[in-house]
Amino acid sequence: MSFLDDFIWRAVIAGAGVALVAGPLGCFVVWRRMAYFGDTVAHSSLLGVALGLLLGFNVMLGVFAAGFAVALVLSGFLREKRLSGDTVLGTLSHASLSLGVIVISLMTWLRVDLMGYLFGDILAVSHTDLYWVYGGGTLVLVLLVLLWRPLLAVTVDQELARAEGIEASRYELMLMLIIAAVIALAMKIVGVLLVTSLLIIPAAAARRLSRTPEQMALMAAFVGVLSVLLGLFASFQFDTPSGPSIVLASLMLFLIGQIPNFRKL
Amino acid sequence: MTPELPNILISAKDLYLKAGRHDLVEAVSLEVSEGEIVSVIGPNGAGKTSLLKLLLGLYKPDRGSIRRRLGLRVGYLPQKTSIDPVLPLSVARMMTLTESFSRKEVETALAETGVLSLIDEPLQTLSGGEFQRMMLARALLREPELLVLDEPAQGVDHLGEAELYGLIGKIRDQRGCGVLMVSHDLHVVMAATDRVLCLNRHLCCEGEPQEVTRHPEYLRLFGMEAGSRLAVYSHHHDHVHGLSGNVETTEFKQAP
Repeated sequence: MSFLDDFIWRAVIAGAGVALVAGPLGCFVVWRRMAYFGDTVAHSSLLGVALGLLLGFNVMLGVFAAGFAVALVLSGFLREKRLSGDTVLGTLSHASLSLGVIVISLMTWLRVDLMGYLFGDILAVSHTDLYWVYGGGTLVLVLLVLLWRPLLAVTVDQELARAEGIEASRYELMLMLIIAAVIALAMKIVGVLLVTSLLIIPAAAARRLSRTPEQMALMAAFVGVLSVLLGLFASFQFDTPSGPSIVLASLMLFLIGQIPNFRKL
Repeated sequence: MTPELPNILISAKDLYLKAGRHDLVEAVSLEVSEGEIVSVIGPNGAGKTSLLKLLLGLYKPDRGSIRRRLGLRVGYLPQKTSIDPVLPLSVARMMTLTESFSRKEVETALAETGVLSLIDEPLQTLSGGEFQRMMLARALLREPELLVLDEPAQGVDHLGEAELYGLIGKIRDQRGCGVLMVSHDLHVVMAATDRVLCLNRHLCCEGEPQEVTRHPEYLRLFGMEAGSRLAVYSHHHDHVHGLSGNVETTEFKQAP
């Protein structure tokens, strides 16, 4: 199985694959101010891990299911408007993370690498993980391309889109499905606690470098892939944890993008 | 089936919309025909925007029925469209937000509302008036049979306001579409309108501008100020329905 047998190449390829998808999706997360929403969904991932291990199916699938369920509950709560959005998110975010840690710790018959789930374990990416990342990632990209116009319309002005015949709630649901899916794919790379950084930082870095939403999506994908490459390189070079290294690499790219008149350099 | 005149675009019967315990829209019926400009006026919290959203299908009425002409194409200009600066949108991209149109079509529409030169500008750099004209052009792109405009002149200075209503009149003349608009800015609207609906949760009065301005309900709502040059109102707490949407209706009820 050629170079894929090398764990370093598997890490690079998995990381780049996830970043390629997370960039464009992250733009929606940034545009719709869903950063903390994504975080909350991500924090529910440990519950999904426990679910997957308990029921014996793929952990990514468990994370996806748990994430989507939490996303649905969240959007229900947020629509209620009895509490402010950040309060609801803050409550559920930490509650689901705590619940996940407790459930996993109760499963004493399993040795679970908690650190790996929390901060990512990209060097342990398996062949199966690669299939999931590229299968799921391709599906998500195709969906994003097909739904791009209505998703963007609903993001710019939900009521205007609805008045012009777009079924907003259907697309908002799709977006949540996609967010849950990408978080499940990305968890292995940077971990539960850092996963939203892969969505948000490349998109934020891309903002100043783009004039259209489409440009921003492509740029975010590019910045994301570059972050993974730089982060992994630094991680090997300086023997630092790989997930956090990727996050810091994307931060560096974000800061470079903030230099005034960077576009004209 | 009751026979319907072919030129009626939309008709609503006895609409009710509740917000909490009280009614935001009460027993409102109206219709808009081709080539007609209908303005809804009323104080803040009178349910003007809610009424438009009911007609657009954005809200579901608690009671009442709405009939649209089959396949009715609607152009909508919402009251508030704030574009987040984190979204890099140009005028051209905004114009094709929900449907794709050729560059040529976009240019024609922008030229019609006089903002062609802005076509490649980022939305965030537009002034209030430019933005509204762009949004109007956007609505026109869809070749609407009915234009629904929620406070089209907001953020526009006084001179621009008269121009904008003039433009809306011209669009109606050239395209023969129906126009339903909401405004709280009495005088300009009165001049640019065929029919006025005076709304304060329920329909207080309706008719041609000249009739309405003499109607006792209208005078009670807008008071003496309606006769003055400036359209200032909303100081008269003498109407039985109360003026602010946030305030309990009963607190303002007059003793009989």
